[in-house]
Amino acid sequence: MSERQPVLSGRNIVKHYGRVTAIDHADFDLYPGEILAVIGDNGAGKSSMIKTLSGAVVPDEGEIRLNGEVVHFTSPIEAREAGIETVYQNLALSPALSIADNMFLGREIRKSGFAGKYLRMLDRKAMERIARDKLSELGLMTIQNIGQAVETLSGGQRQGVAVARAAAFGSKVIILDEPTAALGVKESRKVLELIQDVRSRGMPIVLISHNMPHVFEVADRIHVHRLGKRLCVIDPKLATMNDAVALMTGAKKPETSMMAA
Amino acid sequence: MSETTSRDSGYESSLKDSDTAIAAFQPRHRGFLGTAQHFLHASPTMVPVIVLLLSVIAFGFAAPNFFSAFNLSLIMQQVAIVGILAAAQSLVILTAGIDLSVAAVMVMISVIMGRLSVEFGIPVPVAILIGLICGSGTGLLNGLLVTKVRLPPFITTLGTWNIFLALNYYFSNRETIRSQTLDTDAPLLKLFGERFNIGGAVLTWGVVLMVAIFVILWFVLNRTAWGRHVYAIGDDKEAAELSGIRTDRTLVSVYMLAGLICAIAAWASIGRVGSVSPTSFFEANLESITAVVIGGISLFGGRGSIMGPMIGALIVGVFNSGLRLAGVDVLWQLFATGWLIIFAVAIDQWIRKISS
Repeated sequence: MSERQPVLSGRNIVKHYGRVTAIDHADFDLYPGEILAVIGDNGAGKSSMIKTLSGAVVPDEGEIRLNGEVVHFTSPIEAREAGIETVYQNLALSPALSIADNMFLGREIRKSGFAGKYLRMLDRKAMERIARDKLSELGLMTIQNIGQAVETLSGGQRQGVAVARAAAFGSKVIILDEPTAALGVKESRKVLELIQDVRSRGMPIVLISHNMPHVFEVADRIHVHRLGKRLCVIDPKLATMNDAVALMTGAKKPETSMMAA
Repeated sequence: MSETTSRDSGYESSLKDSDTAIAAFQPRHRGFLGTAQHFLHASPTMVPVIVLLLSVIAFGFAAPNFFSAFNLSLIMQQVAIVGILAAAQSLVILTAGIDLSVAAVMVMISVIMGRLSVEFGIPVPVAILIGLICGSGTGLLNGLLVTKVRLPPFITTLGTWNIFLALNYYFSNRETIRSQTLDTDAPLLKLFGERFNIGGAVLTWGVVLMVAIFVILWFVLNRTAWGRHVYAIGDDKEAAELSGIRTDRTLVSVYMLAGLICAIAAWASIGRVGSVSPTSFFEANLESITAVVIGGISLFGGRGSIMGPMIGALIVGVFNSGLRLAGVDVLWQLFATGWLIIFAVAIDQWIRKISS
């Protein structure tokens, strides 16, 4: 296993906010084709660490590698261009814009020829067609009208649009921040199926979640974050939810028997 | 596996039997008001259009001579300048900002265009070009203060309003350039005041300019990526940023375009007034905001059609003209405008409830 190269890795990442150390020499590894869950108590610094990977936070120290190459992201745009898509907890959707507009926000397709080049006219038909294709691929075509405003969708449908956007454009890694936190039981189920669907197509996924049943159900490995650093990585088949909670709250020390390979 | 896990992990097993049509979009019965609400939510310009039509019809009955081509075209002439300023104002308000400096920029630029042509003998087209560049420059200043210094747009433009007003007095020496002087030295500056007839209607090029600006902005806002970004920023700036929009750059460009449009309004205003006066259009600032609000653009940003403010400006013009022709005291024009604003924002709030 050790010769496997991580898709995305972090080494000795440090981030201070004033006198607070949010990330304290943290490590991180995501391997090809896996779902890596990241768990940790509130304030453990898991969000900050994930943000360094998605470009939203610039670390003070440390090294981030994407497919073995050292990268320095200074904005989410750069991380996206490198192939890392993030679905933020607040979804980063514009409620008043349509589903198609949202999926292509920041990477619109322009018409070819004069209209596109000089009038910078958008190719709406192409964008709507691709958006519809991507949504159907993920079984989300319960959404009736691709031109309807995102604010008219339910929470699960919005999450679906955000995940579909990430799946459509993420070429290397997808990061999902608390994708089921605001959803009901049935909607959570849909989103989890969506996540597994995306993984089955070979896309590695980072899943940040507080929901232990969800984490244990879909994750291949679980990264436990505590006090600003990676405490250990456990195998959900070898450890229990109880173990995981005990580890992230400090009630228990990591044991080699539950470690992931 | 401990007992806890096996007990916990089975908790969703009953979901397999649940209704499979869960995520289907269920048609809701909304009733008449609900249907109206959804219709207006989908097409926000319809409120001002309906108000405009109703008010035209009402004043047509109430006021003699109101419903003539001449009077209706006169209304368009009267609202052209405020309408153009409202176009600039709309862009800024769509990003959830506000621009209090539009009228001050317009008057200052008209003074710059006038003085450069008349006092300094610079060729008029060059003077106009300098004016347009200065107008964009005022927008650049506003935009940089909003994005780089992170001042709220209200404070930024409250400040620059005063600054531009002071510069306006400095550049003009508080003197008016008279109409006759312009006719001999710089007739091009009065271009947009020139009239032409279509049937009984008397239009100016300023009216054509206003309509053209709104049509162009409509295209840009609805058919280009930049336009979608403007809406996205006004809707939720943080979300737009995370979606990969360079929000600061877009915001600066919005303020610059607004400044440029104010400079175009300056040129048109010289034609409308006939002279260059540093004290003209004192109320145009608030009138432009009024037109935008009545036009159904949300002050909270991201919502509304750019065509709304043109119609909003026309509604104010129709009320003023209709009440005047009906022989009503001027104070009731203000009274009516006040209620129009409150009505428009109340409708906006009601329509926005749909999203919650």
